[in-house]
Amino acid sequence: MPVIEAHGLRKTFGTTLALDGVDLRVEEGRILGLIGPNGAGKTTALNAILGLTPYQGELRVLGRDPWSDRDQLMCDVSFIADVAVLPRWARVSNLLDYVAGVHPRFDRAKAEGFLARTSIRQRSKVRELSKGMVTQLHLALVMAIDARLLVLDEPTLGLDILYRKQFYDSLLNDYFDRSRTIVVTTHQVEEVEHLLTDLMFINRGRIVLACSMEELESRYVEVSVTPDKVAAARAFKPIYERQLLGRSMLLFDRVDRQQLAALGEVHTPSIADLFVAIIGSQVAAQGVA
Amino acid sequence: MNTQSNAMSESFEAQRAAPAVLTATQPLYWSVRRELWENRWIIVGQLIVAAVYLFGYLISLAHLRNLMVHLSVQDPMHQLDAIAAPYDIAAGLMMVTLILMSLFYAADALHGERRDRSILFWKSLPVSDLTTVLAKAGILLVVLPLLTFAVTVAMQAIMLVLNSVALAANGMSVASLWSELSIFSRWGQLLYHLVTAHALWPFPVFCWLLLVSGWARRATLLWAVLPVIVLTGVEKLVFNTSYFMEVVAVRLIGGGAPTDFSAGMMPFGPMAHLTPFRFLGAPSLWVGFIFAAACLAVAVRLRRYQGPI
Repeated sequence: MPVIEAHGLRKTFGTTLALDGVDLRVEEGRILGLIGPNGAGKTTALNAILGLTPYQGELRVLGRDPWSDRDQLMCDVSFIADVAVLPRWARVSNLLDYVAGVHPRFDRAKAEGFLARTSIRQRSKVRELSKGMVTQLHLALVMAIDARLLVLDEPTLGLDILYRKQFYDSLLNDYFDRSRTIVVTTHQVEEVEHLLTDLMFINRGRIVLACSMEELESRYVEVSVTPDKVAAARAFKPIYERQLLGRSMLLFDRVDRQQLAALGEVHTPSIADLFVAIIGSQVAAQGVA
Repeated sequence: MNTQSNAMSESFEAQRAAPAVLTATQPLYWSVRRELWENRWIIVGQLIVAAVYLFGYLISLAHLRNLMVHLSVQDPMHQLDAIAAPYDIAAGLMMVTLILMSLFYAADALHGERRDRSILFWKSLPVSDLTTVLAKAGILLVVLPLLTFAVTVAMQAIMLVLNSVALAANGMSVASLWSELSIFSRWGQLLYHLVTAHALWPFPVFCWLLLVSGWARRATLLWAVLPVIVLTGVEKLVFNTSYFMEVVAVRLIGGGAPTDFSAGMMPFGPMAHLTPFRFLGAPSLWVGFIFAAACLAVAVRLRRYQGPI
């Protein structure tokens, strides 16, 4: 049974179409990166998955309907919806007490263990902590919950690079164990690139790319060619072309690597490059139209 | 599915088979605790009011001797009134405090968590919207009135001790103070009055405020009051009456309740006898409860749809 399965997921706000028939399937043990420009529908999709917003179409999360079964679902799903949503008036010990009191799968000792590695004291109030520490605290709470699905919506927005790196390191080292599933959205794609198993691009409410990272490696190739070979490379119909230090970088989808290797240096494109190629061209087309 | 992933999902199921057991009331209990952590001012505020009044009372005891001499020439009924007055003022003061606290608490109850975005954290835990709303209603219906009762009792007990010491120091009889004041029967009546006139009776008004606090994006008190003002105006225009305003405003301050106390009279004194069945049998009470339940149902539904503002 997939952890998340959606068919024709739609959501409108007034006349704005936030989700336009999204089909989605996430298997257990995957780490999915949901990447898209601002206003693409990422947060709306996550809110539908978390039962925070009603939707049209078919959606099952862990076999449940998230909108009607939200309370039950939250025993098995954790999420960090945004940075700094912990109540500012609360003491760290209040939050530990509360989560331990209401969540059947919360391991308090584990959370305290995570906190012991930080400079956060249990007597501290959330308002006294820095933004990075609040995120550490939230992550400590969430990682101590034995959930099947963890949803992270821009969990490191506005944090400095040390906190960001630490966030993903502890997620991978202390939490992820291949029986859990993680869905993450972020604009800092280069920081999650190495931990994703699956990638999804969303733009204007539609999924424009959905593939595993292995697929991505086998499917997309970027070639760096000198000006004299550009014409030959273009014959293979690149999906995107850019200039870099006097060379042309051409991105190909499903073109034989061997053939391209003859034209120049080949490598797998980064998610950021792929994003610019796929979404950027759509946005440009939109602009022209 | 290959064997490895089979083994994985099996161990996964085994691991999930033994969650810690939580009783159904635990989320409600912790939600009430959360409200008390978040709204510490409802406790601190009452204690401050009580402390300031006690300080004032201590000063007033300096004039006790003059007062007693003055009283000794009056008839016994006036004597009792004069002795009991500071105790009744203390209870009345705490009731006004209770009304104000309930008002401000209710107007912010479902608004604060949306304003500071923490609703996203609360909603990430397996606590239903119903539990959350009931916890907030419980603060208004049970916690705040009982807190006021406890503070008032503690306050009057301290006053009684101070009063006794002052009387004894002036060589006057302490026993008559205790017998005339009949403090335990006063406390019984106080509890009855708080539960009926200040918890059950105005509960519909507080539930209306809860509803508006979950709906309005800002200025919750204003949005709660506006419909009352508009309807009062329309009523005045059409029927030339002001029944609606009376129902709401009078209920809020605990007046007009079918209790045993007429409005404006302090409900204490050995003469008052309580008739809870008359109170509980009043149709207006139950009409109010139906309205309260409807407001809470809407508030639960609103919280389900609402996110941070």
